[in-house]
Amino acid sequence: MDRAKKVFKNLSGIEIRELYTPRDLNEFDYERDLNRPGEFPFTRGVYPTMYRGKLWTMRQFAGFASAKETNRRYRYLLDQGTTGLSIAFDMPTLMGYDSDQPRARGEVGRCGVAIDSVADMETLFRDIPLDQVSVSMTINGPAIVLFAMYLVVAERQGVSFTKLRGTLQNDILKEYIAQKEWISPPAPSLKLINDIVRFALTSTPLYHPISISGYHIREAGSSAVQELAFTLYDGLTYVKSAIESGLRVDDFAPRLSFFFNAHNDFFEEIAKYRAARRLWAREMKNRFAVKDPASLALRFHAQTAGCALTAQQPYNNVVRVALQALAAILGGAQSLHTNSLDETLALPTEEAVKLALRTQQIIAHESGVAHTVDPLGGAYYVEWLTNRLESEALGYFTKLDAMGGMVRAIEIGYPQSEIQREALTYQREIDSGERIIVGVNAFTEPHEAPVKTLRISQGVERRQIQELRDRKKQRSQRRLRSALNQLERSAEEHGDLMMPVMNAVRSEATVGEICDLFRKVYGEYRETGTV
Amino acid sequence: MTSADSHPLRVLLAKVGLDGHDRGLKIVARGLRDAGIEVVYLGIHNTAEEIVQSAVQEDVDAIGISIHSAAHLSLFQDLANGLKRNKANDILLFGGGIVPAEDLPALKKFGVKKIFGPGAAIDEIVAFVKAFPGRGRSSKNTAAKRHEL
Repeated sequence: MDRAKKVFKNLSGIEIRELYTPRDLNEFDYERDLNRPGEFPFTRGVYPTMYRGKLWTMRQFAGFASAKETNRRYRYLLDQGTTGLSIAFDMPTLMGYDSDQPRARGEVGRCGVAIDSVADMETLFRDIPLDQVSVSMTINGPAIVLFAMYLVVAERQGVSFTKLRGTLQNDILKEYIAQKEWISPPAPSLKLINDIVRFALTSTPLYHPISISGYHIREAGSSAVQELAFTLYDGLTYVKSAIESGLRVDDFAPRLSFFFNAHNDFFEEIAKYRAARRLWAREMKNRFAVKDPASLALRFHAQTAGCALTAQQPYNNVVRVALQALAAILGGAQSLHTNSLDETLALPTEEAVKLALRTQQIIAHESGVAHTVDPLGGAYYVEWLTNRLESEALGYFTKLDAMGGMVRAIEIGYPQSEIQREALTYQREIDSGERIIVGVNAFTEPHEAPVKTLRISQGVERRQIQELRDRKKQRSQRRLRSALNQLERSAEEHGDLMMPVMNAVRSEATVGEICDLFRKVYGEYRETGTV
Repeated sequence: MTSADSHPLRVLLAKVGLDGHDRGLKIVARGLRDAGIEVVYLGIHNTAEEIVQSAVQEDVDAIGISIHSAAHLSLFQDLANGLKRNKANDILLFGGGIVPAEDLPALKKFGVKKIFGPGAAIDEIVAFVKAFPGRGRSSKNTAAKRHEL
């Protein structure tokens, strides 16, 4: 291709010019648009000293096979210097099924760890005191159940709830939009989220009860602009829903957190994080008249883009991940997961995970990028792009407002079809060779040596089912029945479910038993409008 | 009978199991349809049995399964067994997603004709499907509910 004639576009399709100068920032006002880090509108970062005060949390997402095997992986990661844990649950757990239910067949422990009851959760954290490490849980439809199990494990470990640190993903809207692991329709799901938030505010003050996630939206094929717009708009939807349920915005807003993707387009990603902070602060102020600065600051976790990794020449992924991780740090992330080189083939091996973690440690301790706050602030290109992403996202906000909000937009399939269109364009660009992916459509090699991958034995499912059946026999049936009946009554009466779910969990009720009740009382969500 | 005859090839596309990663499946559905192939799109969260029943009712020539949950060994086996039980194992069974190379021989034994890995181009998949001469199926059309993509 003749580079001189080519139109240069970034991953969102925004045309990029050859050079940016002060003239591209005509209306620029430092105090209004950037300001000092830790001050409104937080463009430069949420803390005054950023990484000088505290490095980001190096939090590797992990989970496979049984709780016992994942516990071993957690302890390995902690030994290697990881500073936070993040639980990957298997598909049956994400959908609220037990390992022995027919729909779980073949999937137990495959994509994450199989958790059926509080006993599994206890095994998962054996020799890991919950007051010593922050724990993030990627769980949405059944979030209230897994959170309750985590709390009961803390009880059994003798750890006070007030010392628990971490994040519950608990973001059902992006499930309907992109990730598609759900139980019930939006209304009862949003109600459960509010129950969790209400509990967390009083009982687990250091815990983030929602992580509003753009990661999955991006993985489903969205552009950076769409990721930014839909994620922040989801966040505004949760705020509105919580206020309507009677919560005070300044009580819960400081506990909200976000989760973004770190994709290939280096500067666009950095601009995306900066625009996200500014847009969130401005919208929270405009829409909800929020005044407390703590309620306006957007904190986020980032994960490098799984969908940007290639199965071809997998060692190239190490380089991609390093660049993506660097963008997240230059963009001011509070916590980061780096993907492993083998993740387009299987769940990662121990060696691959270690290399991914070392990538973060090298950025933190060798590159010098953490020495100063927002080092790219003031760069003509970066500021122009930050402005542009903010205004493109606002364009989506206007459309979503006109549709009557995100739940309505999801019902008519709007964000889903926007993302699908973008995913198709991206694939066509790769297929036509217009977009080069090294090792896939350029610089290919006819023969590649296979890399070693992690295998999960077929026996995991069999053993998990056997243990679950044994445990079910050992429970007090009377106590279990009474707890489940109480839960069902509360659900039917629209009561707060946090305590009834915790009691059911203490009575050894399983994820599937509790979620079957949700399916019975609230119904199951079915996707409509597949375009 | 070949695909050049009166009716176009009909392909059922579905995800099997609980896995919701449907980005690839939707792209393939679009690509096949644009190439003149009729697509019966079942979407996500189907059991193997549900897929087999739909395939039989819809009288499809081929079934394309997308899977990213690492449950491919169990679930493709269920699909193959289901097709056999329904005397429909002349339906072309293929798939795509995350499947390690070492599992390919086992899938082949179940009757899976091809797995497209990450990085496969739409044209490759279209060419593979078009090379299939089609089943010698009856001309009856079916009225089962269909989610057109």
